[in-house]
Amino acid sequence: MISSSMTESQTVKVDARALSHRELNAKLRELTSNGANRIELHNVYGQRYIGTDLGKPVRIDIFGTPGNDLGAFMHGPRIVVHGNAQDGCGNTMDDGEITVHGHAGDILGLSARGGKIFIKEDVGYRAGIHMKEYQDKKPVAVIGGTAQDFLGEYMAGGILVVLGLNLKEGERHKASFIGTGMHGGAIYVRGEVQPFQLGKEVGVVELDENDSSFLAELVREFASRFNYKAEKILQRKFAKLFPLYLRPYGRLYAY
Amino acid sequence: MKTYLPPRFVVERDDSRCIRCEVCVNQCTFDVHAYDAQDDEIRSREENCVGCHRCVVFCPTEALTIRRNPLDYRENYNWRPEIIEDIIKQSETGGVLLTGMGNDKSYRVYWDHLVLNASQVTNPSIDPLREPMELTTYLGRKPDKLEFGPLGLKTDLTSQVKIEVPVMFSAMSYGAVSLNVQESLARAATQMGTLWNTGEGGLHPKLCKYGGNTTVQVASGRFGVHPQYLDIARVVEIKIGQGAKPGIGGHLPGEKVSAEVATTRMIPRGTDALSPAPQHDIYSIEDLAQLVYALKEATNYTKPVGVKIAAVHNSAAIASGMVRAGADIVVLDGLRGATGAAPKIIRDNVGIPIELALASVDDRLRREGIRNQASVVIAGGIRNSGDVAKAIALGADAVYIGTAALVALGCTICQQCHTGKCTWGICTSDLRLTKRVNPDIGARRLSNLLRGWSLELKDILGGMGINALESLRGNRLHLRGVGLTDTELEILGVRMAGS
Repeated sequence: MISSSMTESQTVKVDARALSHRELNAKLRELTSNGANRIELHNVYGQRYIGTDLGKPVRIDIFGTPGNDLGAFMHGPRIVVHGNAQDGCGNTMDDGEITVHGHAGDILGLSARGGKIFIKEDVGYRAGIHMKEYQDKKPVAVIGGTAQDFLGEYMAGGILVVLGLNLKEGERHKASFIGTGMHGGAIYVRGEVQPFQLGKEVGVVELDENDSSFLAELVREFASRFNYKAEKILQRKFAKLFPLYLRPYGRLYAY
Repeated sequence: MKTYLPPRFVVERDDSRCIRCEVCVNQCTFDVHAYDAQDDEIRSREENCVGCHRCVVFCPTEALTIRRNPLDYRENYNWRPEIIEDIIKQSETGGVLLTGMGNDKSYRVYWDHLVLNASQVTNPSIDPLREPMELTTYLGRKPDKLEFGPLGLKTDLTSQVKIEVPVMFSAMSYGAVSLNVQESLARAATQMGTLWNTGEGGLHPKLCKYGGNTTVQVASGRFGVHPQYLDIARVVEIKIGQGAKPGIGGHLPGEKVSAEVATTRMIPRGTDALSPAPQHDIYSIEDLAQLVYALKEATNYTKPVGVKIAAVHNSAAIASGMVRAGADIVVLDGLRGATGAAPKIIRDNVGIPIELALASVDDRLRREGIRNQASVVIAGGIRNSGDVAKAIALGADAVYIGTAALVALGCTICQQCHTGKCTWGICTSDLRLTKRVNPDIGARRLSNLLRGWSLELKDILGGMGINALESLRGNRLHLRGVGLTDTELEILGVRMAGS
């Protein structure tokens, strides 16, 4: 991982203005293969697929607005977005970390198998759809704000945390159909969710000790990235959503 | 509940030949045969028989005959036995009827209504035994024009894949078929200079060494898709749909997700592997372009990216969009494309015949001036080299074979793939059954098939007086239609025989 003692002089700055996604990604490949381990991208205007095909734990700071599929198929890099991310952030991600100091669009972490995603504010529709886990790989997405419908749809593994920090007192989360088709993993929700907002494959339980310590660790990681106080976030009650059936569609067929 | 389903097959055992060796008992996975030690007799539960003929082939004394059970319902063209029995089955189970393999209904097989040309008098035919004959095919985007400088070709070509025979093995995932089947396909593809396709179940580490002859699929479940998987492959194929079940996702049931299958799919053992019906990052042509380029970026533009769709009503317009979205290979899977499991009602009723889809797609891409930008590959019901030649003449660059390849490995198309009990050890993950396919022999059978088809294709070309497959590609003047309506001829872009 990147050492915190790294000096400013080792950071490579790239002006992404007027670069196509192909040119920008070629530049990133060139820099990382030449040993750069800290890159700043300035003037990013919607270039897609940033961080794909690098395969190294390089840290990339993005200033501006990265385009769709940020970190798609990503394996290794740590990306920090100083702004908002668009759709498909962390699509089929394998390993690495994405931190967004703003919002993210739809299908956050679609089919991700590993890595961590931290979003400071809200996310769009179908966040965490079909996330899955495998052996020691367990994708995690922590969302500071709230999410739109079909949060955690088809979820087959991994952890989604929705903190609702920007919800007013008594205001419930936005999403409906939460966890529709969910058959693995867990969703932790802080703040109010009504039963009608849940998919019919989802159950709700209170957190046990294991959940609480695991969640506290994740919230601390989240808080450290955005200068929040983890203890304050953890004061409010969380609910754990889990799949009622591991095989939601097991009894549909005549053999 | 007592079942009202009558046996489909009659098992006849010639007692004078039967030596009570119990091979049939051991070979059958549907519990048809059982040895009664008290009476020293082998008995049959005919209601279990699926007509796979495993016992017939392996009976050492040829004592067994399996016949269709003559279902003497009162004659009725509308209420045929299959329809009656489907209703019985559903009334007893309340479920979606599942089946395997491809559409078995009597939709017109257009290959059987197309005939090929040959040279007579006015131009000489070529004897492929003594003259060079080329089947080599390059898959991938071709440039609009070529520029040459003093040092040769100046135009940058995008990645091209060379195959020695225009026949590739269709996507069949590990989990649907066994590892031994995939190994047979991979080895045969490598020997014969063509490609096999992982399907959407990931790539087993044992098969990584065949990467140069491997097409890997990226489908809605994204199973086993990781950086190494994309790096190893020769071609990356985005699977949107499949001819056997257009518009339908897939459920690999948990009991088929063995420890090994779990390894390649990269999911926990015993969990259902759900492939959603759509890819949730693709709701439009623009979104498709996004995934095509995501994969090109993820592989640094080193390999072609294909897109596979099921042939449906508006395939031509969709294919045009696919090419514009950056697909280097357009794959069309027709009405008769097979599957390891699909709802019967979908398999038998959704999609269009591949011949019509191919003709209309090739025509559309040509009219739009973008045919060079993608190779067109078709799948779904290619049965022999005659079909291959006709497909090439209709405009395909290459074809996929799935069912034909499985038949080479022993499959008798009994359509029980979805049960996981395949007696031939092909479509199962039961380790007692999968060893029935020996990869050494399997690879040899498949290579033999491709070799036979190659020789026949060369004969067909030679007869036409053509010495390269490229000259037949999209050359519909070499085809004539027999017994087709004007509309059919028009869509196929083929003239009536005799005209």
